[in-house]
Amino acid sequence: MESTSLIVETASRLLRHHCDPQTLNSTAGAAWQAPAWAALEQAGLPLAWVPEELGGAGVGIEEGFGLIGLAGRYALALPLTETLLAGWLLTRAEIAPPQGALTCAPTRRGDRVVLGSDGSLSGRLRAIPFAEGAQHLALIAEREHAGGHAIALIKLGDARVAAGRSIAGDALNVVSLEAVRPIATRTAPDGFDLDGLLAMGAAARAMQMSGALAAILDIAVAYANERVAFARPIAKFQAVQHNLARLAGESAAAMAAAGSAAQALAAASDAGERTRTPLADGLFLEVAAAKIRVGEAAGVGAAIAHQVLGAIGFTREHVLHRFTQRLWAWRDDFDNESAWAVRLGALIAARGSDGLWPLLASR
Amino acid sequence: MSALSFDAIRLPPECDALRQEVRTFLAEEIAAGTYNPQEPGNDHGFSPEFSRKVGAKGWIGITWPKRYGGHERSFLERYVVTEEFRVANAPVRLHFVADRQSGPVLLKYANDAIKGDVLPRICRGEVCFAIGMSEPGSGSDLFAAATRATRTNGGWLINGTKVWTSNAHHAHYLIGLFRTSPASKDNRRHGLTQFLVDMKTPGISVNPIYQMTGQHDFNEVVFQDAFMPDDHVLGEVDGAWKQATSELAYERSGPERFLETFYVLQELVRVLGANPDVRGAEGLGRLVAQVHSLRRMSVSVAGMLHAGKEPVVEAAIVKDVGTLWEQALPQRARELAAFVEEGASNRATFEEQLRFATLIAPKLTIQGGTTEILRGIIARGLGLR
Repeated sequence: MESTSLIVETASRLLRHHCDPQTLNSTAGAAWQAPAWAALEQAGLPLAWVPEELGGAGVGIEEGFGLIGLAGRYALALPLTETLLAGWLLTRAEIAPPQGALTCAPTRRGDRVVLGSDGSLSGRLRAIPFAEGAQHLALIAEREHAGGHAIALIKLGDARVAAGRSIAGDALNVVSLEAVRPIATRTAPDGFDLDGLLAMGAAARAMQMSGALAAILDIAVAYANERVAFARPIAKFQAVQHNLARLAGESAAAMAAAGSAAQALAAASDAGERTRTPLADGLFLEVAAAKIRVGEAAGVGAAIAHQVLGAIGFTREHVLHRFTQRLWAWRDDFDNESAWAVRLGALIAARGSDGLWPLLASR
Repeated sequence: MSALSFDAIRLPPECDALRQEVRTFLAEEIAAGTYNPQEPGNDHGFSPEFSRKVGAKGWIGITWPKRYGGHERSFLERYVVTEEFRVANAPVRLHFVADRQSGPVLLKYANDAIKGDVLPRICRGEVCFAIGMSEPGSGSDLFAAATRATRTNGGWLINGTKVWTSNAHHAHYLIGLFRTSPASKDNRRHGLTQFLVDMKTPGISVNPIYQMTGQHDFNEVVFQDAFMPDDHVLGEVDGAWKQATSELAYERSGPERFLETFYVLQELVRVLGANPDVRGAEGLGRLVAQVHSLRRMSVSVAGMLHAGKEPVVEAAIVKDVGTLWEQALPQRARELAAFVEEGASNRATFEEQLRFATLIAPKLTIQGGTTEILRGIIARGLGLR
């Protein structure tokens, strides 16, 4: 689902210029990050999902997912997806997001933040991407006495952010809130809770991973055509061809599953459903299936790409690891494939055997 | 950038009403005892009575021109009919190949007299087709076919043997690939010609080859001076290789390429019950995620075909990933049901279906293009060969 919309074209140009994986890979340090982020911000990309009246670009849900897929194609190590999601979350409560990098929470079912009757926030959040480096955190909290949920914006400087890195080396932090005063807090719309954020986040990571899978397929195919062994390009060996065909299959499955979920969420949003939870069964299937199937594809696909590239793919010098390490990392964000599978399985079991096909056929 | 395309295509609204119609029809047939959907392994796959009813409903040749008995509906509507019939284990064996493959070949290459004669009968569900490709010395290597068609007065004489020919013992017609010239030096695919074969032609004998399941599905078809009139040549003499590829996208990407053992998944849901443990729930969730993704891939290819594109590589991917999935499903279901109490109400049905699905599983990645052939096609599409 890579639409050729203006925003995706703009993003494509900026990413090529500022975030080319090969260039970044040969550049020491993080000096590229500030100008790259400034350029993305200048083009209004991080707040694309925020309507114009709240200071954003007012881009449609599906187009925004296209942008996220593109970020995956570049293995982008900046909180673009996280800021998009945070902006989207704040918009649910009509809170205008600040400029700068944002991230969002919780990213795991089971983590909770409580909004006390004194208006302060407390809780412990595992694994918040880019908390170290972002200025603000958008979160969904449970209201202690009033019941229901609230959406809040805090300064990350007011929370305790433990140092931490993902398997890809990107910031991934435990964030502890002890009676933190939010900058803004509003009641969440009726029927909106953590599951709504997890669904958007899971679909976003699925899109990102499907972009990265498309990229490693290209990298592996190009390498196989260049690398000569036993006096011919290794692409001519059937064993290598079949491995790459499998990688294409995994990439295709990821593309289809993620694109379908993104489009389903966009359609639900256009229909005014505003990602109410619990999600309708069909929408839940789309999102869960995307996170599960793309997560599986990420594991299988990364292994094949590494096998094709051999030792060079295992070096810092080669660009492949920028993609495969992020594929491994992104599988775990907004719940991993096992967690989604248990929930999807429970839903299917509860619907019963006769309810299975009608659900699948409804998509 | 990789050229693969799997856009999130949805079936259009007109498909919903059709789907309901098909479900109602199937429910009535099952209630009337026409066939038992719980017995995918029985021989009721072939039912002249049922096929005629389907024809009367207007669900065979659904996309073909009205003047040949078709209904000029969309390829996506055909998709809905196919998947509903497949999931319901409906006995479509008589008309399935004719509807999917043979009819479209005739539409493209047969003369008007043949089209006017045969196509309306296919649409009425009266005519069964077989495909004569494989030979004792030619399976995946299609272009090694040696069964000869030699010129004679007013037509051709065919001599040789086809094998693994499904439905040949029921078939009224066969569309086969025969050698009319030797392969040329620069093109080993040259020299084969497609013919429409009337199975009543003298000189054709059909011998059963029993499968390891005990079923009789495929056959050996022997040709001894079987005469084919000139107008039964389909397409270009010696040039069949040019005709085969684009149709394969239809054959490879349909719902039958991942739903062949779907009944096992439905029965597994029943065995696991309404409250499965974590292991059962996770396993079930993964299987459902996988089959949903396959269906979304398959519908995407259907949408591209509908739009007049030729997604040859995408279709090969659907068959590669889909047939491996439907093949692995019985094993996965067996593992997930391993610790379920013996007392589960449908345990016996589940075991029976599992046994049948396990027995037929090996053929799923062989028929209609093996995994190895498909991966070669995908590799070519990726620019590796």
